[in-house]
This record gives sequence, C-alpha cells and structure tokens, in this order.
Amino acid sequence: MDPRGFFELNTWYRGLYLTLDNVLPSWMSYFIAGFAVMFAIVNAMMLLATLYIWFERRALGRFQVRQGPNRWGPFGLLQPIADALKILGKEDIVPHGADRWVFNIAPIVMFFPVPMIVAVLPIAKNVAITDINVGLLFVVAITGFSTLAIFMAGWASGNRYALFGAARAVAMLISYEIPLIITLGSIALLSGSLAMGTIVATQNVPYLLVQPLAFVIFMMAISAEMNRSPFDIVEAESELIAGYHTEYSGMKFGMFMLAEFAAVIVASGLATTIFLQGWRWPFLPSAIWFLLKMGMFVFLFLWIRATIPRLRVDQILAFAWKFLLPLSVVSLFATALEVFFLREPDGSLTTNTLWIMSGINFGLAIVALVGWANVLGHRRYNPAPRIASMYRDGPLGSRPVEVQ
Amino acid sequence: MATRTEPITVNIGPQHPSTHGVFRMRVTFDGEDILNVEPVFGYLHRGSEKLAEERNYTQVITLTDRLDYVASQTNNQAYCIAVEKLAGIQPTERGMYLRVIAAELQRIASHLVATGFLLQDLGAFATPLMYCFRERERILEMFEMLCGARITVSYMRPGGVFQDAPEDFWPALTTFLEDMPGYLDELDMLLTGNEIIVGRTFDVGVLKPEIAINGSVSGPILRSTGVRWDIRKADPYDIYDRIEFDVPIGTRGDNWDRYKVRLEEMRQSLRIVEQCVAQIPEGPARAEVPFVFRPPAGAEAYGRVEAPKGELGFYLVSDGTIAPYRCKIRSPSMINLSVLSDILVGYKLADLIVTFGSTDINMGEVDR
Repeated sequence: MDPRGFFELNTWYRGLYLTLDNVLPSWMSYFIAGFAVMFAIVNAMMLLATLYIWFERRALGRFQVRQGPNRWGPFGLLQPIADALKILGKEDIVPHGADRWVFNIAPIVMFFPVPMIVAVLPIAKNVAITDINVGLLFVVAITGFSTLAIFMAGWASGNRYALFGAARAVAMLISYEIPLIITLGSIALLSGSLAMGTIVATQNVPYLLVQPLAFVIFMMAISAEMNRSPFDIVEAESELIAGYHTEYSGMKFGMFMLAEFAAVIVASGLATTIFLQGWRWPFLPSAIWFLLKMGMFVFLFLWIRATIPRLRVDQILAFAWKFLLPLSVVSLFATALEVFFLREPDGSLTTNTLWIMSGINFGLAIVALVGWANVLGHRRYNPAPRIASMYRDGPLGSRPVEVQ
Repeated sequence: MATRTEPITVNIGPQHPSTHGVFRMRVTFDGEDILNVEPVFGYLHRGSEKLAEERNYTQVITLTDRLDYVASQTNNQAYCIAVEKLAGIQPTERGMYLRVIAAELQRIASHLVATGFLLQDLGAFATPLMYCFRERERILEMFEMLCGARITVSYMRPGGVFQDAPEDFWPALTTFLEDMPGYLDELDMLLTGNEIIVGRTFDVGVLKPEIAINGSVSGPILRSTGVRWDIRKADPYDIYDRIEFDVPIGTRGDNWDRYKVRLEEMRQSLRIVEQCVAQIPEGPARAEVPFVFRPPAGAEAYGRVEAPKGELGFYLVSDGTIAPYRCKIRSPSMINLSVLSDILVGYKLADLIVTFGSTDINMGEVDR
C-alpha cells in the first residue's frame, strides 16, 4: 500500500471493495464497502461529538475558574461514557398529555440531519461520502429538519415551557435561515458551484479573507440555527427550564443532547469547508488539517458560549431582520458585481483576483458593519452618570434631581 | 384574517431553575408578553417565629441564620440589636466593631451572589457567577476563621460577638481589602458596559419611587429608584455614626440601576471595613451577658439593620421569661416582593426572570 494513502479513506474503501469483489457479486461488495465507509465516518463523527462533550465541559470549567469533570479516566475523558450509561439506565417517561407518536419520533428527526450533513462534507483529500452537485443547497434544506424536530418535540410534550421553546424556535430559525441562505449564495457565486468539493478546490484564498462580512453573518446565523449562545432562547435554561425537551428523559433526552453537540461539530466542519479551505493546507495529512480547523471553530463557539449572555426574543428577531438580512444582501450584491467585472473570460477567478476582492470586501465589511450599526441608532451607553448622588447632599427620604 | 389568540397561564416554579429557591409565580402570558403575575409562596415555611418562642434568647440566634442564608451575619446583628434594646444590654466597643466588619463583609458576599445570579439569569453560562463566587469564597473563609462556620455563622451574641477574632484573621482581612477593589473593577469592566447586558437590563423592570415607598420597599431596590433611605444613615446602629461612607442612589429604578447600586455598595462596604480596622479598640469582644437571662416583663423592642436586601427588623415582646413571648420578623425580601407585579406586567418572559433576579429575593427569608 502507498504509505501516503494510509490516511486516505479512499485507499481503504478501494481495498475493501477489491477484496470483497473476489468472493461476492460486485453489487454486493459495492454496497458493503460503501456501507462500511459510511458507518466509519458517521461513527467517527459521533465519537468526535462525545469527545466534544468532554472538551466543552472541561474547557468551560477552566473558563469558569473551576476544574470540570476530572474523576473518571485520565482528565475525566471517560465522563461522557459514564453519562451515556447513566442516561441509558433512566426511566423513559412519556407525559400523560403527550402525543405519543410525535413525542417518540422527535428525537430521531432531531438527530437525522447530523449524519446527512456529514455525508456531503469533504473531510479529507478525496474523502466525502458523496459530493453531490447541490451540496450547499442540500445542507440548507437538511438543517431545516432540526426546526421541525424541535417543533414536534415542543408541541407533542403537552408542556407550556416546551411550547414556548417550540414557538421561539420556529420564529427564530425562520428569521436566521434567510440571511444564512443569502450568505451562502455569495459563496456559491465565488466558487461557481454548489458542490462542496468544488468549493474547496476553487478556494485558493480562504473565503474567510475574501468574504469577511459573509463569514460574520454565517457564524451568527449558524449559531442561531444551532441554538447556541447568545441565541439559545429555544432552550434558555434560566427561563424555560430546558425549552422544547423539558419533558424528555432517558435516552430520548440523550439523543437531543447528542444531536446538539454533534451539530456544533458539523457546523464547525461546514465553516471549515466553506471559509477556511477545508482540508487544504500543506505539510500535515489533509484529515488532520480538517480536524484542527474544525477544532478551532468548535473552540470559538465554546468561547462565545462561556462569555456572552442571552438576548431577548424580540432583540434576536430584530437583529436578524434589521441587521443581518440587509448586510447579507449587501454582501451578495457586492460579490456579484465583483465577480461580474473581475472574472476571467472563461468565468473563473484567479488567485490574484481573489486577493483584490479580499481587499475590497474587508473595506466593505467594516463600512457596512459600522455604518449600518449607526443607521440603526446604536445607542451609546455611558454608564458613569447613572448613579446620581452619593447620598451626602440632601435630606433623608428625599429624591435627588433627575440627572440624565 | 385576524387570528384568534388566547392568553395562557404558566406556573413558574416552585421547581424552576431561576426562582432562587422554591418560589412560584402564576403568570399569564399573551405570547411572550406578561399580562398578570401572581406570586405564591410558603413552600419553605419553617415557622421560625413560632420556634423562637420555644427557645431562650441566645438560642434564637441559630434560627436567624436560616432566614436569609446568604447573609446570616446581618440577621444575627438585627436580632442581637433587638435583644439588647429589650434587655438593656450595652455591647462592648470591640464587639460592635467586629459586628460591623462581619456585617459589611456579609453585604459584599450577598451582593456578589446577587450580581452573579443576575448574570446567570441573563443567560451568561455560569462564568460571571463563578467569578463572583471566587471572591465570595474568600469572605466565607474569613467567616470560618471568625466562628468556624461559613454560612450559618451564629457569630453575634447580645452584648457583642461570641469570641474575639483570631490572630490570622487580620492579615487575611488586610489582603482581602487590598485585592477586592481590583476584583470589583474587573467585574465592572466585564459586565457594566456589555452591550447585551445593557440591552437586556436598561429600562426593564422599572419601579416608580412612589410605588416603592407605598409598597414599603427597602434596600438597594428602593435606592435604585432614587430615594435616599438607608438605615445605617437614618437610624445608625452599632458604630455606623462614627464611620464615613456614601450610599449610592440610582435614578430610574430599572434592572441596570439595581445592579449598579449593588456594585457601588460593595465599594462603600470596603470603605467601611477599612475604617473599622483602623478604629477598632482593644478590649473584650463581648459584654458579660449570661447564656440565659430574663428581660423585664412587658418590654417591647424593635431592632432593625440595613441588611443587604433591605430593612431587616425584629420585633420582640418579653413576658419576663427566658424566651421571647413574640418574635415578629420584618424580612425585606418578603416586603420587596409586594411590588413584583408592578415591575413585571408589560414586559416579556425573559425580562421576568431577569427582573426577579435583580430584586434579589431569598426564599428562606420570605417564607421564614
């Protein structure tokens, strides 16, 4: 075997297929080899999600001046496994007022987008379960399923907290889907394709540099899509207890939780593919690069979660419609104009052109972000004069003159 | 086509992560907007007032620890002042200084808890809370030096405190006084100007001063509306009349003001402790008061202090025996709750949690 091919799943797939082909009919060996690869990739993602649960809890512990899980295994590495075993042993409760059928199926619907999106991610050089030519569109369509699952869970629970969570989810995810799609549209314009493989292949300059505005919007919209802080109103634990999955227990709750953590992994993989050249970059094997970049985005999401408080539902919707939507349209139009004027005769974009666009777009991003924030009447708070008096001037029980 | 909607009623609590104990609100919502709030409490009722009638005057101190369990020192102080008035006991100088030091440290600890949980209610995933608890931990360690307990301290006695501070308390206090302003500045820097925090708390949960006064509200909530009222200034107890300090006043009475007033009060508390350390005289920490004593029959006394949450008062009636005939507790949390629906109606579900957090209720004190 070619030693360089060791890290490439293609080598393994081909080896398995050729070996099986000697003894089985070719359609069967094709099916078994393909299934084995899918099984490996999806389970690797699940394993990553489990590892991420440990990492998130551990890193959050460090953010919060405490230890984090450190009891079972080295550095508490086996903690997620212990949790999973505990959750498996829990009683599975279906509330009295629940719609049983929908209630039971919701966790599965919630989980199913995760492997579906993994399927189109090019996780290493020449490795993707499938590279369909409408990859981006597929991703957008599939992420909508999680909203459906949240609404099913919230509605079927027969619990008012869950209903609040479900209503919020629908309102929010509809709002954030639109800027997300428009942003991805500008990426499609740049690469000239919707296929994930082509997006990576044409990405000679990271689109993070070419499209900073799109990147900012994408990160915010995808955070909202995943219900991550500061957009985690759907399950806002201090308001709605657990939001849409308040009534779930046992492994059904575990499915929701695993789906949420896996969603972070998948979203990071998506961000890596779209904005950070996917598996490309020299020296290290492509799969390692992909994991490293993904880890970087995962840490970014985690950092935001540990730092920022939650927004209110009206503020979140206003933010989507008033701020993100116009900016995403600006980004799309700017990209369209740039591509129209700067492209080569055959419609492709050279590396130099991409760098020029990067310069233009950085200027545009700063102007658009700052300018639009000012247009929206971003109030500058000066907290200092709010504490009016220090009590020494004025009689007891009286009120000081209003100071504004 | 107009869609027909109807309000829904949700029970928030008694088992809800943000009700700070076992509090229940029956809230009617129109979508996310609050139409009506009906507080229901009593889930933590332990009959402290009745229990006090069965114990002698010194034993009741352990009951007061369990009222507002994040601010036990001030509970002790209020009760001891009431007993001293009732029985005509003169506390020692050193005892009074130690009481004020303990009470002001307790105020800082309590305000740290209030600020931390306010941020927790805002959805900042436990990080500011743990920062606040890191500082609070040092105060609790000092309490452990003083009396061996951290939460339920029972440190004070009629006539002073039950024992003098140990040798290692004073260096610990000095380092704390040096470090704490930096911690407070850090909190101020991290939280005060944060866009989301300002957006969530500014002009939310506005309490009008007239309503506050009519509702007999006290403490930081009253001062955040702009009313100058602080028992430490209005009716100085222990040695507060010898100490120079300011009382921060808000201007609008919204959540942001309540947070900011608490933050400034912590700075003033540090000032008070510093002066106490400078002024504290030598001498006995406790007057010669027997464990069991009998105040004159028919005597009545009301002792009050500015607890971290407001005016905490004990009204004691003696019948000449070793136990109080009646012990009425005026708990600030309970009375501050009376304006809850005034400051909640019209805002949203998320504001309800934040406003409730910023009023800083302690259920041990509400239900007694």
